[in-house]
Amino acid sequence: MQQLILFNVFNGLIVGAFYALMALGLSLILNLSGVINFAHGGFLALGAYLAYTVMPYVGFWGALLLAPFLTAAIGLVVERVLIRRLYGRDPLYSLLLTFGLAYILEDATRFVWGAQSLPYPIPDWLARPLSAQFFFLTGYRLFMVALVAAAVASLFLILGRTRLGMRIRAGTLDLETVSALGVNVRVLRNLNFGLGIYLAGLAGVLAAGMLGLQPTIGTSLIMPSFVAIIVGGLGSLVGTLLGGILIGVASGLATVFLPAASEAIIYAMMGLVLLLRPRGLLGEEGRLS
Amino acid sequence: MKDRRLVLGSLVWLVLLTMPYWIGAVGGYTELASRVVVMALAAMALNFLLGFTGTLSFGHAAYFGLGAYGVGMTLKYLEPSTGLGMLIGIGAGTLAAALIGALITHLRGVYFAMVTIAFGQVFYFLAFRWNAVTGGDDGLTGWQRQPLEVAGLRLDIQTQDTAFYYFALACFALAVGAMALLLRSPFGRTLIAIRENERRARFLGIAVERHVWLSFVVSCALVSLAGTLYALLNNFTDPRALRWDMSGNFVIMAVLGGMRSFWGPLVGAAVFVVLQDYMSSHTQNWMSIVGLIFVLVVLFFPRGVLGVLRSGGSS
Repeated sequence: MQQLILFNVFNGLIVGAFYALMALGLSLILNLSGVINFAHGGFLALGAYLAYTVMPYVGFWGALLLAPFLTAAIGLVVERVLIRRLYGRDPLYSLLLTFGLAYILEDATRFVWGAQSLPYPIPDWLARPLSAQFFFLTGYRLFMVALVAAAVASLFLILGRTRLGMRIRAGTLDLETVSALGVNVRVLRNLNFGLGIYLAGLAGVLAAGMLGLQPTIGTSLIMPSFVAIIVGGLGSLVGTLLGGILIGVASGLATVFLPAASEAIIYAMMGLVLLLRPRGLLGEEGRLS
Repeated sequence: MKDRRLVLGSLVWLVLLTMPYWIGAVGGYTELASRVVVMALAAMALNFLLGFTGTLSFGHAAYFGLGAYGVGMTLKYLEPSTGLGMLIGIGAGTLAAALIGALITHLRGVYFAMVTIAFGQVFYFLAFRWNAVTGGDDGLTGWQRQPLEVAGLRLDIQTQDTAFYYFALACFALAVGAMALLLRSPFGRTLIAIRENERRARFLGIAVERHVWLSFVVSCALVSLAGTLYALLNNFTDPRALRWDMSGNFVIMAVLGGMRSFWGPLVGAAVFVVLQDYMSSHTQNWMSIVGLIFVLVVLFFPRGVLGVLRSGGSS
């Protein structure tokens, strides 16, 4: 029993790390540009499939490095061509546009790579369990958690220590003033969007190694990411991170005691948070309207 | 202006009342006509909130689906009565909306949309997971809509498609009439005031949250009515009736037709449903086409069919 709980908590932690990675990208874009990127899951799938495609040429590690950048590059183009036109308009329109984009991305993935699921090979030494007793603790899973942690740490470093990060944070608070101070806001939003999509692409490559490749791989992760943002608190990236891990572990625990509720529990948590603390765990007051 | 509205309204009712008689001649069928009416009701109900209160809900499929499962499960497990099933379906949808609405009406704009999306998924997972009762992914089967009997009069909506069409149209008329009356009442005027300038409305002493909540509940109640009709039409319902893509379809119908006009969502629903019916039998890439419709409408057609017609006429 104890091991079962441990197993599911660890599973939940991994799932939560995915949610957090997705949700952080979504949060970045939402906070600076006021756009809910519904196509985020589509970009995740794109990252996974791009890694699959480049792997025969550059190997596992090359794909891990390259695919997120390729995804981010596509994200930059999409922002430049489509999403930029909608800033400042009713959020309804950017939501609808990215909604349509999510459809197109999923269908395109299916069209290019096929509807059947594909295996995503990982190095043998990573796929082995670390010990017989903790059979679920494969090297790949530990590696994944470590990599997500490193990615999150780098993100916070970028936001906290670099000029770009400083501008993103300032723009989140008051874009008009940042613009008046001479920062090119169009470029800033473009790069910020790319950064968010990079995280989605990275999540995609990592998810491919664990779950294999399916066109719907992204759609199943996007809803919990919304929940992570709401639970963690709108406007707070640390909150988003916390929210993602929290709901991941909660749904892992629910798998032990009430498997049928493993998905529903995160929405119950969201309801509870909205009831008891409407701005979310670490949300700032006054960002709700 | 008033004349034009009268002409448009009469035209709409004329088309709807005669649809079963000419839809076959233009390549359709009676069931398709019923689907147009049901989807139009859902889109217009959503637009009560979206277009006339200015609040963006992206999770209306949840209440649509609650209506559908409510009527299906009543007919399957409880009692073979169409009327009772519909009451239970609408009741379930309205109750859920009242509870969830109370949690979320302090949120606005893009955040409100996000929370409604997320809450919409709860019922999807319930329907999907709770195999024994809901039939899971395969959907709820093994039941049929029953003939209606009111005061000795019998309307056989079970076997006659045309009878069911007029039954759906009668429900549509009641719901649409109720919305039109509400929008003309002081309550409806207040909603429009909130849409136009929420801060000013608040300064005037209007209880904004309560009005948005009421509008949300009315809108969801009527959407769940549409959901019951949808399940009755198909004699079937499955989790896709309450998934996020259904919510998105409602929104795009409203926007495509023109969300600032009363009849806009009806036009949008008709275009969308007919296109979907045609395309899904001609291409495998229906998803891309829907996605493309979303993108093109947003980029080139944001005011919708009736919005463009109206401004074209006045300029």
